[in-house]
Amino acid sequence: MNLTLKVWRQKSPNAPGRFITFQADGVIPDMSFLEMLDVVNEGLIEKGEDPIAFDSDCREGICGMCSLVINGVPHGGHKGTATCQLHMRHFKDGDTITIEPWRARAFPIIKDLVVNRWAFDRIIQAGGFISVSTGGAPDANAIPIPKADQDQSMDAAACIGCGACVAACKNASAMLFVAAKVSHLSLLPQGKVERHRRVTNMVKAMDAEGFGACTVTGSCEAVCPKEINLTFIARMNREYLAAWFKGK
Amino acid sequence: MNLDAKIPSGPLEKKWDRYRLEMKLVNPANKRKFDVIVVGSGLAGASAAASLAELGYNVQCFCFQDSPRRAHSIAAQGGINAAKNYTNDGDSIFRLFYDTIKGGDFRAREANVYRLAQVSVNIIDQCVAQGVPFAREYGGLLANRSFGGAQVSRTFYARGQTGQQLLLGAYQALSRQIGLGAVKMYPRTEMLDVVLIDGHAKGVVARNLVTGEISSHAADAVVLATGGYGNVFYLSTNARGCNVTAIYRAFKKGAAFANPCYTQIHPTCIPVSGDHQSKLTLMSESLRNDGRVWVPKSTGDKRPPRQIPESERDYYLERKYPSYGNLAPRDISSRAAKEVCDEGRGVGSGGLGVYLDFADAINRLGQRTIAERYGNLFSMYETITGENAYEVPMRIFPAVHYTMGGLWVDYHLMSTIPGLFVLGEANFSDHGANRLGASALMQGLADGYFVIPYTIGHYFVSAKQAKASTSHPEFKKAEEEVKVRTEKLLSIRGRRTVTSLHRELGKLLWDKCGMARHEAGLKEALRKIPELREEFWRNANVPGENQDFNQALEQAGRVADYMEFAELLCLDALNRRESCGGHFRTEFQTEDGEALRDDQNFAFVSAWEYQGPAKPPALHKEPLVYEEVKMTQRSYK
Repeated sequence: MNLTLKVWRQKSPNAPGRFITFQADGVIPDMSFLEMLDVVNEGLIEKGEDPIAFDSDCREGICGMCSLVINGVPHGGHKGTATCQLHMRHFKDGDTITIEPWRARAFPIIKDLVVNRWAFDRIIQAGGFISVSTGGAPDANAIPIPKADQDQSMDAAACIGCGACVAACKNASAMLFVAAKVSHLSLLPQGKVERHRRVTNMVKAMDAEGFGACTVTGSCEAVCPKEINLTFIARMNREYLAAWFKGK
Repeated sequence: MNLDAKIPSGPLEKKWDRYRLEMKLVNPANKRKFDVIVVGSGLAGASAAASLAELGYNVQCFCFQDSPRRAHSIAAQGGINAAKNYTNDGDSIFRLFYDTIKGGDFRAREANVYRLAQVSVNIIDQCVAQGVPFAREYGGLLANRSFGGAQVSRTFYARGQTGQQLLLGAYQALSRQIGLGAVKMYPRTEMLDVVLIDGHAKGVVARNLVTGEISSHAADAVVLATGGYGNVFYLSTNARGCNVTAIYRAFKKGAAFANPCYTQIHPTCIPVSGDHQSKLTLMSESLRNDGRVWVPKSTGDKRPPRQIPESERDYYLERKYPSYGNLAPRDISSRAAKEVCDEGRGVGSGGLGVYLDFADAINRLGQRTIAERYGNLFSMYETITGENAYEVPMRIFPAVHYTMGGLWVDYHLMSTIPGLFVLGEANFSDHGANRLGASALMQGLADGYFVIPYTIGHYFVSAKQAKASTSHPEFKKAEEEVKVRTEKLLSIRGRRTVTSLHRELGKLLWDKCGMARHEAGLKEALRKIPELREEFWRNANVPGENQDFNQALEQAGRVADYMEFAELLCLDALNRRESCGGHFRTEFQTEDGEALRDDQNFAFVSAWEYQGPAKPPALHKEPLVYEEVKMTQRSYK
């Protein structure tokens, strides 16, 4: 099939960007979206032009490196699917597809479709962990954990840190990302010890990065490639409130 | 070259204890005086960087991705082995050790593997303490499952995302240390050379992938945890960015490269669909616990799978290996799949595929149980192929997945360059000629959490090296070399894209040095690789400039190294005139087509030493001496 692509091109963080139109011909339905872009880039390189910069690594939907807002929707809007797992069979011959980077103040553009998501890492560095050092851990079976708690914790832990939640949110809020980590750890007995300190520090770091406020529109959950549940945000709010009452 | 493995004396089960008793210690107050560079932030790198920083060392950690959390360890699905014997089915440290040695076809180093099995139990404890949400039973205790190549259930897992959860555990430990200022993290930065002063590794030269800036970083030791080289085959299950560059540059600086020909072809991947394909996707081999592998009995049977009656199906793994059946080790399962496809019984378009069928398991356990166990894998399969595996069997085919070879290391995990340590997939020591399922995660974390924190201190105290500074001429020289090479890549301005050259190299390797190898094919590859390399340097088209975010340049640098490394891989494969594990030479097989080892002549580690650009590398041999186990022929029948 033949497609028209309108791609955001931006040379550097401070340069002005604009949409450039490309033709992608002979696209095969079994290709992934990124493989389609690979082929376009091959063509650009052969013509001596600068290929379109975009991030990707594992290409199996787990590393969280790929991004792209496709036709206005982060990761293209297929339930539980990251861009690298989106296949061209979902498009029709003759379609026009717009491709943009994540847009958020906290995720500055590096080039074309590539953004800097180090703000997420800084939030984790502020408290997204359990403070245990290597060695001296008790036997793994010393603390039984109810299966339901473990399952729920795992639901939250599945977050791949791609940032689609931020890109989808009208306020560029990072609440779903932060809530997933807070919930993952506070649902487990090991993580309860420092739960108040953790949520307070992570929310503080989130605010300092310039992410917006949450108004619970649920757009984050809708685009999340791991289908992280919105109720984790409610859980984080409870955690935060409890910490506030405790004066932590 | 001296290949002293520095294995402690005494009985096998006491060696690690003895080492820890006899090693030299760095006083806690003095640790902050030592700088360590860790390259790579996967399971091995992140766990090492975090653990070393916790001890008090100053750590700098580098990764080429935008965040340490992206490293490809994250993609491991199935699980991690540990000799906990929680299931009361007869597991022990010795059994895990023996399974690993046997699984590696008696080509791994005994003492290292025993230590791996010993610390495996600590890994699980550590990960649970960090909050890794391993699967649990209703009673609240940890669940286990069996995994390819093992007859006990010793594998811990977190749905189909075990690698992700373990990496996030290590990433969070690393993040904690970054937050505390104990680790300085360099994301989107690629190591392009290692710097030696007076024969010791003293730092690295790296390129900032955003700005193109080339910088020097000095330290008292360098730890490479940069993963494997599976992408030399172009198509593999590795992430796009995985590369051989860091360990290959170390090789060119004098580190011996061991067993490069030991590559693992994983049996359960989604078959290739076309030329555009950029990578292959693995389906966890845990699927083989409940799925049955089959092909039609007769060649050219193109009926849809459900219309082929039971009597006309060949469940070839169950037929050939009745005691292990569908759980036979990876090398054996892969080769068996290749055989049936070579006979013309492969399924799917192109005939390069076999069925992995869940119909029996669904009848026995119900679709719900199967969905609980493998739901995410089934949906992943559907996303990629558009087929529902609850209704039609999956199609799978082997793909390059893991590389057992890597830089040679001693018992301390130090390479032949003093002060240069190598961890995880980047080293060679633990998996021999074939890695068992759920052992890669175990090894990465064992090296990072529980080995390097001990051995690096011993090096610092015993080496008594002076502090290095980046103003040293060796750093300037290495920086200059990196700059010259980068400029050279950008000045070719040829007509072929780097991808097309890489694809051609990969196809050549897959055909001549893939699942089956033979002398004539390897010689042909060794003739063609230099031609292709010559074409690369004459005709590659690397657009853009250095002072920019230039992904084409990154890729070109990596492919340039593959163009050289591929030759080393084939040379090693040619030299090893036996079949063992993942290295199958068609000239050396038993009457019924199994790998025929030659313990008389090849029970050694091949360690290759770089001799300069115009000369072939020199081969050194580390004999494999087994004190505890007896080498036997592997049988999974």
